[in-house]
Amino acid sequence: MEKRDSSAETVKPVKVNPHFRHEVMDFPGGKTLKTCFQCGTCTSSCPVARFSSSYRPRQILQMAQLGLKERVLSNEALWLCAACFTCTDRCPQGVEVASVLRTLRNMAVAEGFIPEAYRALASTVLETGYAYKITGLRLKKREELGLPSLPKANLLDMAKLAEVTKFLKVAERGGKSS
Amino acid sequence: MANPAELRYLFFLGCTIPYRVLSYEVSARKIAEKLGLRLVEMPEFNCCGLPLDPINHEMMLALSARNLCLAEQQGLPIMTLCNGCAGTLRKVNRALKEDKEARARVNGYLKEIGMEFKGTTEVKHLIQVLADDVGPERIRGIVKKPFKNLRVAQHYGCHLLRPSKEMGFDNPEDPVVLKKLIGLTGARCLDYADETQCCGATVSGINSEIPLQLVREKLQHVRDAGAQALITICPSCHLTFDFNQPRMERSLGEKFDTPVLHYPQLLALAADVNTNELALEEHKVNVLEKISLFC
Repeated sequence: MEKRDSSAETVKPVKVNPHFRHEVMDFPGGKTLKTCFQCGTCTSSCPVARFSSSYRPRQILQMAQLGLKERVLSNEALWLCAACFTCTDRCPQGVEVASVLRTLRNMAVAEGFIPEAYRALASTVLETGYAYKITGLRLKKREELGLPSLPKANLLDMAKLAEVTKFLKVAERGGKSS
Repeated sequence: MANPAELRYLFFLGCTIPYRVLSYEVSARKIAEKLGLRLVEMPEFNCCGLPLDPINHEMMLALSARNLCLAEQQGLPIMTLCNGCAGTLRKVNRALKEDKEARARVNGYLKEIGMEFKGTTEVKHLIQVLADDVGPERIRGIVKKPFKNLRVAQHYGCHLLRPSKEMGFDNPEDPVVLKKLIGLTGARCLDYADETQCCGATVSGINSEIPLQLVREKLQHVRDAGAQALITICPSCHLTFDFNQPRMERSLGEKFDTPVLHYPQLLALAADVNTNELALEEHKVNVLEKISLFC
């Protein structure tokens, strides 16, 4: 007799949070989640979905509508949106798909889910004012090419803005890596 | 056409260009000089905020608004070379001008650093400056050696066009402004499949494979159309197609060797600027080896 997978017989309850979609819709950029009718124009227009087996914007929006909070926010595929806004432009319902996905990522970060690449980026911006660490070699190259020197960013301003927008927490704590 | 004497901009460099794409800056400054554009250096600017949007939308707004305030203080419009910076600064500028609630919230953040968004500046990408402010007549005026037999393809990039409701520039499904600017150099700009498809640069920190697949597909379409080079107007797109091209060729086992030029380099070559003034040696895919194409 074929060995049966015992885990298949365990019924796992799905946690549904009926308030979740309202939380998303109250967030700046999340409002249009409401009007998604699941046609799939977003996924079929998505350049990333063409080459990814896990990233499906339509599916993520459906999970958000259903209130599957944990499943959405801990989903690694959430971070594969390239923010090209093709989905937003083509949606027949006027759903700002890319902004809803950005809202979900912001919420994931607040729950402690943040990929390492983004945590490092957060620190770099606070340490340098730029999104990348620009090396001494590149600064020297600027001189060789006759380019003006790069102005120093105002790091005190960066720190104050990070504090008041609650961004600082992310850069310091980083949350648990998703 | 605006009076060239009035064409002054606060030059917003962004992060990607000083990090890795100096060739774009060098060539843009060169054509700005040829066209009589005055670029004022921007002191104490910071990241436009775009890369932080997925982490914290409010910090993105605050960083972007701080840059806009610097421009307001100088009384100058911003010009950028990067689609991401242009898209973000334009979007935030517009949102804060129109949405009173968002403006009050962001001004609350800016108060901490002694700034206030007033809504008195404009943001333009280099391409918008060339198309709208400089105009074709003046650009034709600097083209001394128009290309005779050059066939190219253009990659527009996403953030200058989309979300189209907010960007309000060109046609996002069939953009023509860059094609017309390329036409002014004498080069033929060919149509190809999926012209507006994203380069995928923004997901490279999470998944390095997908952008390589997107690069391969783009270069296949460009080659199939018969183009000899790809023209870009965004440093991130350029990095993806040029810097990553050899890596993609090794990883996916298909050779392209397609030169990728910034639009200002193409225009400068047509304006008979010496090839050694355009930082072409900074590119990964050797352009100088194929320079006869551009003469």
